[in-house]
Amino acid sequence: MMRRFVLIAIPYLWLLALFLVPFAIVFKIALSDAAIARPPYFPQFDWVEGIGAFLAELDFENFVWLTEDDLYWKAYLSSLRIAFISTFLTLLVGYPMAYGMARAPEEWRPTLMMLVILPFWTSFLIRVYAWMGILSNEGLLNQFLIWTGLIDSPLTILNTNTAVYIGIVYTYFPFMILPIYSALERLDGSLIEAAEDLGCSRLQAFWLVTIPLSRAGIIAGCFLVFIPTLGEFVIPSLLGGSDTLMIGKVLWEEFFSNRDWPVASAVAVVLLLLLIVPIVLFQRNQQKQQEAEQ
Amino acid sequence: MNRLSWFNTVSLTLGFAFLYIPMVILIIFSFNESKLVTVWGGFSAKWYGELLQNESFLQAAWVTLKVAVLSSTLATVLGTMAAYVLVRGGRFLGRTLFSGMIYAPLVMPEVITGLSLLLLFIGIGLDRGVMTIVLAHTTFAMCYVSVVVSSRLITFDRSLEEAALDLGCSQAEAFRLVTLPIIAPAVISGWLLAFTLSLDDLVIASFTAGPSATTLPIKIFSAVRLGVSPEINALSTIMIGIVTVGVVTASLVTKRQMVRQRRDEQNAERS
Repeated sequence: MMRRFVLIAIPYLWLLALFLVPFAIVFKIALSDAAIARPPYFPQFDWVEGIGAFLAELDFENFVWLTEDDLYWKAYLSSLRIAFISTFLTLLVGYPMAYGMARAPEEWRPTLMMLVILPFWTSFLIRVYAWMGILSNEGLLNQFLIWTGLIDSPLTILNTNTAVYIGIVYTYFPFMILPIYSALERLDGSLIEAAEDLGCSRLQAFWLVTIPLSRAGIIAGCFLVFIPTLGEFVIPSLLGGSDTLMIGKVLWEEFFSNRDWPVASAVAVVLLLLLIVPIVLFQRNQQKQQEAEQ
Repeated sequence: MNRLSWFNTVSLTLGFAFLYIPMVILIIFSFNESKLVTVWGGFSAKWYGELLQNESFLQAAWVTLKVAVLSSTLATVLGTMAAYVLVRGGRFLGRTLFSGMIYAPLVMPEVITGLSLLLLFIGIGLDRGVMTIVLAHTTFAMCYVSVVVSSRLITFDRSLEEAALDLGCSQAEAFRLVTLPIIAPAVISGWLLAFTLSLDDLVIASFTAGPSATTLPIKIFSAVRLGVSPEINALSTIMIGIVTVGVVTASLVTKRQMVRQRRDEQNAERS
């Protein structure tokens, strides 16, 4: 009995101390005032004065501030927009590829699978960096386009939202492929044959049979791309321009450049609230799928 | 249906080209003579030489490796415990909270995890350095490990453990002699995942590292912000090489093991 208790207690306490408590601190600081002090916020928790006095000092000023300053609204909205658009683009790129993999000869599939996963093991930072040399004004893409004669002067791609979309699609598209692939692989080929026998054209069969049957995979893939994209920091700060607003970047700058900890914490709290909806929907989708399998 | 249609061939080719061409370009230009990363100036390995003489990169690499080994090992132990508790622990007070805390870090934006841990470390007056990065990495990596290990534990045939207990093993012996060898592949892949997550991490490390400890991603990020540089290309090539060799070896080893296991099972059935 003792052993079971210890086994439960160790990981439990670890997560309480290093996940839940830090979280509570973020909430607390979000409700504090900025102060020129170390640490730079007020009030600080004081066991002697007790919780009552502490709570009396808290206020929602930082959240009011977030609603008043245009920057934050715009950053939240533009994060949502960028996340939506790039999820959609990732689906457009990922679906045909997952489909091709699922239709490939069976003995190829493990290799194809490994080829999709392999880049995922290499550093995220390096994969984003790789695009900087390609997309810049003197970059290879512009050199190539000028060489083919399609354009006369280089296009500005790096440091725009277009570069951010490319970066997101590139780094996250294994997340889109894997769930769609596993849905398509299980799909019974005779269903499509039946649809074709019953007079569907290829395209109709694809639209009426394949797509609906891979829906769970599509939904899972979209969430797996959408959720991490919303809080993304590396891609907008390396590929995006100064006008690329994403909330992860704003939080980072608020904290490291402006050193305004209470506002940074308030931004974090709102970002979290924003994420709860897609996370709950994703959980539901997964649960429904599991139940359907049983 | 066993031959690829032209549409599938095209989409697979384009897809894999999209995945791999940027990396190939990155690798090719690490051997570029010219300082300009986008203009080919002839073959040369001089950037590798300069990289090896750059003390600050080597030091950052050493810190990164230390953090990755420590945190992934700790995360594997804690994550395996957590998985065992979740799958076999039965009911206990706060089980829902526990499983919530296991899954939440997987979807938590890194900026929030990093910020919250930094605020904790400052709140309790812990000096930031290698230790704080290890604590931070262990916390999020253990959740990944526990997801990987618990998915193996769920499919595990419990009667094997019961048989060991019936034959006189103590609970601990049964775990060591029966359970652990069976879940070992999942534990190992959990460790590998934790290790690469730690090697990769920029955001959480930036928040939790003090001025005394700089990891390789932090170093790369601050260099890359100023623009593309051939030294970073060389460094990236080395990292890609190590990962590729590691992943390919690991997958070959597991494939061989699976073949052997299948053969053993067939032999057992025959005899």
